[in-house]
Amino acid sequence: MTGPSPQELLAAVRGWPRVLAIGWLYQLKMQAQSGFMIMTALIQPLIFATIAMADQQAGNRGLPVLYYALGAGIMGIWSTVVFGCGGMISWQRHQGMLEPLVMAPVPFALVLMAITLGTATVGLYSLVATMLWAALVFRVHVQLADPLLFGVAGAATVVSLGLLGLVLGSSFVLYRNSNAISNMLEYPVWLITGLLVPLSLLPGWTHPLAYALAPTWGVEALRAAALGGQPLPAIGWCLGTSLAYLLLGVWLVGVVERRARRTATLSFQ
Amino acid sequence: MRGLRRTYRTTTGTLRRRRLEVEAVRGIDLDIGRGELFGLLGPNGAGKTTTIRVLCTLLLPTSGSVRVLGLDVVAQAQEVRRRIGYVFGGDRGLYDRLSAYDNLRYFAELYAIPPRRLRPRIGEVLELVGLTGRERERVEGFSRGMRQRLHLARGLLHDPPVLFFDEPTIGVDPVGAREVRQMIAGLRQQGKTVLLTTHYMFEADSLCERIAVISHGRIVATGSPRDLKAAVSDRTVVEIEAYGIGEPTVGRIRQIAGVEAVTVDAKDQMQVVSVQARDATQLTGQLLELLQGVRVERIGAREPTLEDAYVALVTAS
Ligand SMILES: Nc1ncnc2c1ncn2[C@@H]1O[C@H](COP(=O)(O)OP(=O)(O)O)[C@@H](O)[C@H]1O
Ligand SMILES: [Mg+2]
Repeated sequence: MTGPSPQELLAAVRGWPRVLAIGWLYQLKMQAQSGFMIMTALIQPLIFATIAMADQQAGNRGLPVLYYALGAGIMGIWSTVVFGCGGMISWQRHQGMLEPLVMAPVPFALVLMAITLGTATVGLYSLVATMLWAALVFRVHVQLADPLLFGVAGAATVVSLGLLGLVLGSSFVLYRNSNAISNMLEYPVWLITGLLVPLSLLPGWTHPLAYALAPTWGVEALRAAALGGQPLPAIGWCLGTSLAYLLLGVWLVGVVERRARRTATLSFQ
Repeated sequence: MRGLRRTYRTTTGTLRRRRLEVEAVRGIDLDIGRGELFGLLGPNGAGKTTTIRVLCTLLLPTSGSVRVLGLDVVAQAQEVRRRIGYVFGGDRGLYDRLSAYDNLRYFAELYAIPPRRLRPRIGEVLELVGLTGRERERVEGFSRGMRQRLHLARGLLHDPPVLFFDEPTIGVDPVGAREVRQMIAGLRQQGKTVLLTTHYMFEADSLCERIAVISHGRIVATGSPRDLKAAVSDRTVVEIEAYGIGEPTVGRIRQIAGVEAVTVDAKDQMQVVSVQARDATQLTGQLLELLQGVRVERIGAREPTLEDAYVALVTAS
């Protein structure tokens, strides 16, 4: 028996970006209407943004209001990713979708990636909301130092968090109780990655961990692009971590798919 | 390479599941020819879905080897996936929030249907399953029958030579179920190989050329519907319609010498008890004796049907 010819393989690979794009679009279409996702993206980040910005305006913090608004925005993207990816996968299982998705001939990692990238994109609600909050409630004049790079930084943040979601998501295929893991991950990452307080205020031993986590670079890039600074290195780091997550994620999905086929966790029983 | 083999061999070994160690499928040997419409018939929990999932590369066999079109479902899962369609029964397996068209579109992308062929192909399958005109509606509002047809449309998108149906008419209203069966029969005409599972006797009888009866994870009989009927042709079935036959009475009926199988069905307030026996000469008398004090509406003997053959096979296993 021969496998697919090199030409067939090439044709398939050339179709991947399209599959990813369309998959992302459809997943976004479904998730963007989900009340659960909207709540996850909005409630906590807005509360934290309010506390931080009010505290700042009272003169207790040295950094601009927008600095905190952006941190809270990334918090929301992270929450969306950490709950959304787990929730989405449980939901897909519940809907009986994991089986048809696994059965499709495109790599399952690609399908999952479309889902987690869709989830991270929904997290943008949070970024937009916290910035609007800053502008409307705190009357901050939101002016971005470099709007173009701000856009690039936003996209890079979404991509890197989406791919981190793929790494997390692969484990959610296996474990049905994803909420426990999500809960455990939400707050520590907010803290470590400098979303709430600057990294420099955190103990040194947390820094290596922070450097491995995309939210650190995402928020740094967005802050630099918004407040004036050099966003490019942080954007580079965002993409670098993305690549690492991509490789890790694809490998994990392969492992997990095989395990799920052995332990029969794809279907909803 | 396709077409190298004319048949594909299916040998599923003992399937152990999780720590519970449920032996869902305990050593099945099955050969299904190209272009055949084959039925896997068995009661709930017999191992039908498990078998299909292994064939569809969704579960790994614990042991044994399974080939589809000569391709190994473990080592060549990807190639198998390109060539099969899986249509399962039940409400799940579709995106409710998307329209029928979007559901198909999404999967057409996952099955790498060339962009130029997308629209026409989706139109074709919608036409085939009779959903043309409803494709812009969200699946949320679809009836069970419409969902089932959409499932079928999805399974056909990439025009696979082999199709698996797992209880495709479960929960579908009678008219819808008949339509689904007609569509499956139509696939046979197109030369597709179809493996269908069902626990409805008549469904297997009306659709399939060959049937394997599966019970407790084992195949207990294989053959054409006629072959299976022949296996019980020496039997007689006595049917009793009565009120208030208790479990102890049924137990005593089972004990009568020569009785092979007893089933009890409810019909309105009444019970319909079918007693299958090899030697029926004295059976009616013996039954009436046992049923003293029970209000018997009707009692009569009839020729065994395929259903009786099935009951006998499953009971014996
Ligand atoms: N994921 C699973 N984990 C454990 N046991 C299972 C699982 N799926 C099915 N089973 C068990 O395997 C047996 C066969 O199930 P199944 O193949 O679904 O039967 P059928 O489709 O014929 O009704 C049943 O006893 C069922 O309880
Ligand atoms: Mg089943």
